Formats: sequence, C-alpha cells, structure tokens
Amino acid sequence: MTRSPTEIVLVPSADDHRIARLAAAAIALSLVDAAIPLPLPGVKPGLANIVTLLVLYRYGFGTAAWVTGLRIVAGGLLLGHLFSPGFFLSLSGGIMSLCMLALAQWLPPRWFGPVTLSVLAAFAHICGQLLLARLWLIPHDGVFMLAPIFFAAALFFGIINGLIVARLIGEAETTKAQHA
Amino acid sequence: MTPWISLPRPGDWVVVAVATAGVAASFPLIWQGGIAEKAVVRRDGTVVAELDLSRKRTIEVEGALGASVIVVEPGRARVAADPGPRQYCVRQGWLSRPGEIAICAPNRVSLQIAGGRSRYDSVTY
Repeated sequence: MTRSPTEIVLVPSADDHRIARLAAAAIALSLVDAAIPLPLPGVKPGLANIVTLLVLYRYGFGTAAWVTGLRIVAGGLLLGHLFSPGFFLSLSGGIMSLCMLALAQWLPPRWFGPVTLSVLAAFAHICGQLLLARLWLIPHDGVFMLAPIFFAAALFFGIINGLIVARLIGEAETTKAQHA
Repeated sequence: MTPWISLPRPGDWVVVAVATAGVAASFPLIWQGGIAEKAVVRRDGTVVAELDLSRKRTIEVEGALGASVIVVEPGRARVAADPGPRQYCVRQGWLSRPGEIAICAPNRVSLQIAGGRSRYDSVTY
C-alpha cells in the first residue's frame, strides 16, 4: 500500500507521553473528586491539584499547565459536562489557579513549600469560579453570600492537598537518596 | 515517615495563618452585606413603593389577582397575605438582609430589601 501524500504522521515525543500519563492521573483524581459526596455544590477537595503541584515541582510550569488543561477538557468529557456551565466554572478556576501558581512558583522554596502553593491555588480557583458565576451565571451579589463557606473549604482542602504534595515529594527524595 | 506537622515550611505557617484570619474576617463581612434600609415593592417590575424600614407600616398592593398585603417592621418586612395559589412569598416570612426578595409571581408583586454598601444613588464628577 502506498502512503497517502497528505497523511500526517504524529510522532509523540517523550514529553507528550509524560504529559499524557500525568494528565491521566489528574483525570482519574478529578473523577474521584466528583464521586465524593459533599453537602454543598461547588465544594470539592480538588484532589487533581495534587497532580498539578507535583508536576509543577518536578517538570516545571509548562507541563503543569498542559496537564491541567487536558485534565479540565478530558475530565469534562468523562463527567459529561463539557461546555456546560460546570465546565466553564472549572476552566475559569483552573486558569486562575495556574496564573497564581505562575507567580507563586518564584517564592523562595526555603520558606514557602507546597502548602503555600496549594492554599494560594485553591483561593485563586474559588475566586475565579465566583467571578465567573457572578458575571455570567448568577448576575447578583447574592453569590458572594456563600463566599465565606467556599473560602473556608479552599483553605481546608488547600492545606490537606499541600501536605499530601509535601509528603509525596519528601518520600520521592528519600527513595532517591536511598538509591543513590 | 516524617510526621505531618514537620512538612510545612516557616512561610507556609504564615500563609496559613493569614488565610485563616482572612477567612474568619470574611464571614461577618460578606454575610451581612450592609444594612437593610428600605423595602422596595414592585408590581409588574415597576416600583410602586419604597418603604423605610425604620417604622411600622402596612400597605396593600393591587396585583394581577388581587391585593398583596405587605407589612413593614423596624429592620424587616414580609408579604403577609397574597391571593396567589401557592403562597411561596408569604411562607418565605420576614426578609431582613439587603438583596433578599419575596416574589409573588402569580400576582406579579415582589418585595425586596434594599440598602447596603455597594449601592449608589448617583455618582457625579
């Protein structure tokens, strides 16, 4: 069989494979996220941020942005809310927390660890969502009545996710040290 | 296994403390949403009465089905009676926070509490 002259052959690089693998992990966690029942809609643990932060620490901001973007789109596909309001809420939250991480990654790592990044990202995430909700979905200041609850949840889950990231990084470093 | 408590770095504690203070401060600030100043009564979307929430008053608003009775007391207001079939706006009870609204849709009458920090009557330069 002759090859079609218009055939496009995509050769995935090692980077592509890595991003796909990490995004798959993030997508799996966002499905777990959606399966956890919580009393208030909009309050979620945000477990996928654990992957984002780990990726940020290990491979840098570009990879983290790719993983987050893929996670949001493919997660929306799997949860069946692609291009629905819920999808755009998670998109605006994701963009805001990536912007926050883009700035926060320059904080001196001696003093500020994963907990700081996680808490900041969680707050940026909920602020992005609240802003979009206020501007588009519920154009009334009543949206902000729920803000304290969302902030409290962001703080709580931000700390927990940050601790998990800190522990995972710490364990990776100890195993590396043992093998060295 | 390092204990969890040793994982955060010094700056992390500062960030968590500041964030906790911020969250605690946000509770009363956003929840109150300013001071309720007046009750705005609308019929077919047009304002028919603006009642001061500082003294007692009762008014009747003639709607599409009949008269809705609106009662104002210091700091709060409610729809006391309405000819609508489901009585949602009556059962909502007293409204006291800015932005709260009781809508008697069948009778096309609404009662909203207004006031608070973010409202401007007019801005001139």
